[in-house]
Amino acid sequence: MSERKLFAHEIEARLDELLLLKLRQRSAERTARQLEALPRIRQERVLHWVGVAAQGANELGWLLASQGAEYAVELGDGFDAWARAGLAAHDGGGLDAARAAWRLAIEELRASAARPSGSVALAEVEGRLKRFLQALHGRPLRLAGASRAWTDGETLWLPERLARAADANGNRRLYTVLAVQLWAQGRFGSFNVDPEPELAQWADREMALAWFALFEAMRLEARLETELPGIVRDIRDLRGPWPAALQPAAESLARPEATTADSLAWLAEQRKVGAGETPIFPHLTGFDPLAARRLRAVRIARDSKTLRRALNIMRAVDPHSRGGAGDREQAPLAAEGDALPPDLQAEELQGLPPDAQAAAQSLQQDLDGMPPEILSPAGPGAWQPEEREESEAPVAEPDGRPDAVYDEWDYRREAWRRDWCHLYESEGPAGEDAWVEGVRSRHAHLIRSIRRRFESLRGEDKAERRQLDGEEIDLDAQVEARADRRSGSEPSPRLFIHRRQIERSLAVMFMVDMSGSTKGWVNDAERESLVLLCEAIEALGDRYAIYGFSGWARTRCDIYRIKSFTDRYDAATRRRIAGIEARDYTRMGVAVRHLSGLLQGQATRHKLLVTLSDGRPDDHGDEYRGRYGIEDTRRALLEAREKGIRGYCVTIDRHGADYLPQLYGPAHYSVIDDAKKLPRKLAEIYRKLTA
Amino acid sequence: MKPTQAARSTVSALATPLTQPAAEPYYHAVGDEVEVFAAAAQSQLPVMLKGPTGCGKTRFVEHMAWRLGRPLVTVACHDDLTTADLVGRYLIVGDETVWLDGPLTAAVRAGAICYLDEIVEARKDTTVVIHPLTDTRRALPVEKRGEYLTAPPDFMLVISWNPGYQSVLKEMKPSTRQRFVAVDFDYPQAEVEARIVAHEGGVDAATAGRLVKLGGLTRKLKGAGLDEGAGTRLLVHAAQLIARGMHPLAACTAAIARPLADEPDTRNALDDLIRAVF
Repeated sequence: MSERKLFAHEIEARLDELLLLKLRQRSAERTARQLEALPRIRQERVLHWVGVAAQGANELGWLLASQGAEYAVELGDGFDAWARAGLAAHDGGGLDAARAAWRLAIEELRASAARPSGSVALAEVEGRLKRFLQALHGRPLRLAGASRAWTDGETLWLPERLARAADANGNRRLYTVLAVQLWAQGRFGSFNVDPEPELAQWADREMALAWFALFEAMRLEARLETELPGIVRDIRDLRGPWPAALQPAAESLARPEATTADSLAWLAEQRKVGAGETPIFPHLTGFDPLAARRLRAVRIARDSKTLRRALNIMRAVDPHSRGGAGDREQAPLAAEGDALPPDLQAEELQGLPPDAQAAAQSLQQDLDGMPPEILSPAGPGAWQPEEREESEAPVAEPDGRPDAVYDEWDYRREAWRRDWCHLYESEGPAGEDAWVEGVRSRHAHLIRSIRRRFESLRGEDKAERRQLDGEEIDLDAQVEARADRRSGSEPSPRLFIHRRQIERSLAVMFMVDMSGSTKGWVNDAERESLVLLCEAIEALGDRYAIYGFSGWARTRCDIYRIKSFTDRYDAATRRRIAGIEARDYTRMGVAVRHLSGLLQGQATRHKLLVTLSDGRPDDHGDEYRGRYGIEDTRRALLEAREKGIRGYCVTIDRHGADYLPQLYGPAHYSVIDDAKKLPRKLAEIYRKLTA
Repeated sequence: MKPTQAARSTVSALATPLTQPAAEPYYHAVGDEVEVFAAAAQSQLPVMLKGPTGCGKTRFVEHMAWRLGRPLVTVACHDDLTTADLVGRYLIVGDETVWLDGPLTAAVRAGAICYLDEIVEARKDTTVVIHPLTDTRRALPVEKRGEYLTAPPDFMLVISWNPGYQSVLKEMKPSTRQRFVAVDFDYPQAEVEARIVAHEGGVDAATAGRLVKLGGLTRKLKGAGLDEGAGTRLLVHAAQLIARGMHPLAACTAAIARPLADEPDTRNALDDLIRAVF
């Protein structure tokens, strides 16, 4: 790229090309003039983002151009982040949302210019904090921004920005301290006792909550001390010594057997002596037992249902396990503070499926143990299917006879539904040529480096002669060496043949989610990553195919052929990649069955089915959503497995995708929390998977 | 033709060493693995050890070799390991060609335990030579020499592999797997692991407990930034650095966090975890 700045008329021409301005009788003159002042590299960034935005919607491109020109100087290096924020908002809420997001980002920028230098934004620490919390919690926790730190037991809200500490390091640490304390509220049962009777006796509820929060913080600090002493050290640095008046409470609540009930007792004490405002400590978080307890009740109901159902099935299978059907009345759940039975029936819990185990774990936390009534069956008689029988949904009119019909697994009946899914296979629609070319030129550098890396994987079967070491003797070299020695010259020590045979007998099927939920960024990311992937696999020479899937109820399951195993990666294929678009729903099981059938026909030793999706299986009508869809998909993957096909899933899912281990087994999936990372990641995942 | 002195000394210099430890290699049993292994050894059955990296598979084999009083030959398999590397090859010494036994052949001849670590890493054709050793034949054909070695009763084949691997190319075929008695390995229970770390790393119980706590936290990141959490081996490494006087934070960063992750978010999260635990 030359260093010369673009002149206004050149910029105008480029914008016209991107946004078809003449057609719309618009002029980019003013915008172009604003952009003329920028250095070339910045000009190109703006034009790049205009192009990206225009792919989504022409209007969005125009908005980005005019707004971007306005603020480009001010934004500087932050332009990319600014543009991305608006585009992401557009996916969720259209043009107005994009406009608002851009305005907000500018305001944010101006505010930050006035901010102390050491402040840290939540967005900066979110990634590390999420991982950190997952290590503590064992499962992903949701993080969100709010004006103050608090939790409802499921999401941790943290301030958008912290500037309390003098430097960035201190503020980052403060984020960690706040997050750990919020996590501890759920972990150590702050919401397991109903505080309302006590709170009701206070005139000022806010003040009561503040005192309650303070006492709980004292208790949790002691609980954390054994597990995370480093965090407690930070807390103590932040708070300093407790004031003398609070010393007795702090000491009493630090006893290992202290519970939330003790905090409430201190709260009552405080009320009786006539409390004033709480002293202020920087490490304290907000505290909202009402919201947390509401969610907790929902969670307990849901988890105990899951657990009971699983136990029922298990006991039906194995009548010798304890608590046979109907020998105890089903007690109403969760009298507060139920003592846990001496044995938690650990072995029994261990035999449960993963979702029930997760439910059991969550219940133990919510109830400080497992009340016996949960472990007793859900009433006399056999197992009651929870979901109602299917209501035949209005269905798009199928045209002609289906190309194939497939059975579907109904886990409630423990039986197949015969010829249940009607499958139509068709060629994927062609998209724009220019789109793929755009991706290829935009990522030219990345493609080159991926290709280079992949080429090094390519194995060829060949004998390398004249090696220092090898499994066979190279007779020619040996004879020569003999002759050399006889004639008095120095013989070469390279006398061996080394046989290199790295065989990649591999066929890969990519199954691409084309459901409606992929609309926007996810779809773009899917397409872009497919282009990069194709480039990479071409370098490797593996056999691969790409099919998209979507559908609308069982009678209309669509499979779109993007690239079959015999198709080449040519212009037509590229157009079909560009043409991948968000359509209807995700009935996954039937797609797995059809595509693993195609994959099975490949005469390679290894067969791999890679699913690219943005969430759990789902279909029109609520039947396929939830457990049914997961069970059916799991069954389909097991069938594939029996045919010698390995499944692997790459999912873009911000909600952590708890169901994936169940579907694919541990280590056979990747979760990507941000669609934008997909293109870079997918090729890397593929390389690892087949190295 | 009898080999010359030069050839003999070359061969003896390159011959597979048969190790037999003088002292008992430290191993803390977590289940019935010792009994299973001993029974398999008596029944002349091959054994497969399954489990994540650094959970004590290799140490277990060393311990069992000592217990059974048999020499041990360990082969760390890699993707360039060929049949010849295992069985043996002809070497050229001066004007002569001399035969050198590979580790597997040497183990068969000596009635040793042959431990093929991470067997799936080796080339596919290597599994072919181990097949006849794993069934009732208990034999090793040495094709290049036209020899057919029958294994003595004390010979035992042990392989290990890590089922957590993601590569489809690195799966073991059922025809191979079903020849072995399998022992599952996992990270030991926290108290046991703390005892192991304290013993091997030379640190006090409190430090070992914290290291194990940290290890447990990293294992929950499997699949969420890490391919695998910290194994007991990494914890022992950190303990050894601490025992040398390094600050725990620095030791854990160097021995645990850095080997595990490159990606910034994960690295930072690991740093935070270390700080939180110590």
